[in-house]
Amino acid sequence: MKVKGKVIKYGGDVNTDVIIPARYLNTADEKELALHCMEDLDRDFQKKLRGGDIIAAGKNFGCGSSREHAPIAIKASGVACVIAVDFARIFYRNAINIGLPILECPKAANECDEGDEIEIDFESGAIHNVTKGKLYKSMPFPGFIRDIVKKGGLMKIAKEFDGGAGK
Amino acid sequence: MSMTMTQEIIAEHCGGGEVKAGEIVLADVDVILANDITAPVSIRELERHGINKVHDADKIALVMDHFVPCKDIKAAQQCLEVRRFAREHKIKNFFDAGDMGIEHALLPEKGIVGSGDLVVGADSHTCTYGAMGAFSTGMGSTDIAFAMATGKTWLKVPSAIRFVLKNKPAEWIGGKDIILYIIGKIGVDGAGYKSMEFCGDGVSHLSMDDRFTIANMAIEAGAKNGIFETDEKTAEYESGIRARTVERKIGAGALYEAEYEIDLSALRTVVSKPHSPENVCFTDELDETAVDQVVIGSCTNGRLSDLEIAAKVFEGRRVHENCRAIIIPATQKIYLDALKSGAIETFINAGCVVSTPTCGPCLGGHMGILAKGERAVSTTNRNFVGRMGHPESEVYLAGPAVAAASAIEGKIVPPEKVMGGYEK
Repeated sequence: MKVKGKVIKYGGDVNTDVIIPARYLNTADEKELALHCMEDLDRDFQKKLRGGDIIAAGKNFGCGSSREHAPIAIKASGVACVIAVDFARIFYRNAINIGLPILECPKAANECDEGDEIEIDFESGAIHNVTKGKLYKSMPFPGFIRDIVKKGGLMKIAKEFDGGAGK
Repeated sequence: MSMTMTQEIIAEHCGGGEVKAGEIVLADVDVILANDITAPVSIRELERHGINKVHDADKIALVMDHFVPCKDIKAAQQCLEVRRFAREHKIKNFFDAGDMGIEHALLPEKGIVGSGDLVVGADSHTCTYGAMGAFSTGMGSTDIAFAMATGKTWLKVPSAIRFVLKNKPAEWIGGKDIILYIIGKIGVDGAGYKSMEFCGDGVSHLSMDDRFTIANMAIEAGAKNGIFETDEKTAEYESGIRARTVERKIGAGALYEAEYEIDLSALRTVVSKPHSPENVCFTDELDETAVDQVVIGSCTNGRLSDLEIAAKVFEGRRVHENCRAIIIPATQKIYLDALKSGAIETFINAGCVVSTPTCGPCLGGHMGILAKGERAVSTTNRNFVGRMGHPESEVYLAGPAVAAASAIEGKIVPPEKVMGGYEK
């Protein structure tokens, strides 16, 4: 699968409280969460969205709370992928589990600018900054995580358990 | 054996033998936790995949604490959803308004979690139980739904950093000063994906409440978990509420990525300035920083000894006229004990608000939201932009002694400034 979109750029240590402030956690409705995504970090986030956007950020993206509402809000905002130097561990798991594409690639994240056009090939992990004419390779996922993604999420694996969990 | 304490517990929960850092394992889980914000997402995941039976209802704990007593209609709907789920699946460890407390104070107090356990929770501060020698870590709601359905969780075995705590801390130094000092030193990703393992003679001088505070904030250094060696204080805490204490010490051959030695006797009280827990300075380095609100409570510092330290500072004094102080005992038991000890009376006489247990203001939920431009000193765990209210408000993190002293002075001060012995 390939996606192409424009970069919305942020710095390091973007925490889940600014991705989706807790005052909106009285709902788990993804459309409602999306309306407040990034609100406390970037008032113009909603205006920047064109559909299929790429968030590029520094180190430790998604640090802080375990709220799965954070990747849900980003995904429901129509963001196609988050590229970061690296991710905080709970956010990393959550993004994989809910199917928000994320890639670790310090060079691609650091060298792009707001508005750059980026093309991503998820099969090969290649990141192409079309605007700058630069090609990068992202860190591949470990096998077990590739398996979760391939099967369509963690809960699909739960159903395979001991002849099927929860029956 | 080269395993760290964390690795030992993980190995015990996936068939024994040895596990190595970086390896991905499927481990058996002893306790699975979710709250009024995160459980609804887990419940919907289970329903969406047609899973209508949990693996073991007795391993699940659901605590209604974040927006409870419900702050608005939407919060009430979420609690209703969890209440129905708990009844349907006969989950005995369901804690609603009235007998609930803040999850990470409540589960240890009830003996639901303890030494040797492997605990996962849909709350990042699940790492708190490492104070008792458990492996516990926070995850998202889908991971928790998976654990509810299968009784298992997948883990990447973490490597670890060892923190050797030495000597006895001075009078006003608590667990909060120690962990903020460490986070200031290593940064908010300084222990990223790793375990923080605490040992050394200094640990014997720390109460269980201090250890809970330290393990609680391991996540604020990016850690997967924090864990303490067990000792007689662990055994004393667990006596009567757990069958036995699973003894845990760092093995002679255990491999660590790094080691830090912290001389507790040299520490002074610290605060974390806005807007990151790593933004640490000594309290006496701040000059005339006015405070509009003080919050003493939360899963970090809402335990009995935290309240008693604050009461000692508030005794016979008043909250400054330009400041508000909000005290939130973390559980009903702590509330009752603080009533009996006289701490609650001291707070009310000093002009403090005393609230029923709730996470409330810590995450900007309710019970003390900040207006634009307001500044708080809080014993909670995060001071991110907008964490306690308006995006242009500010939070300084501190321990209960600094928080109480600051409420009295109306500006951020070390406790010695109020209690005597202050030199600058």
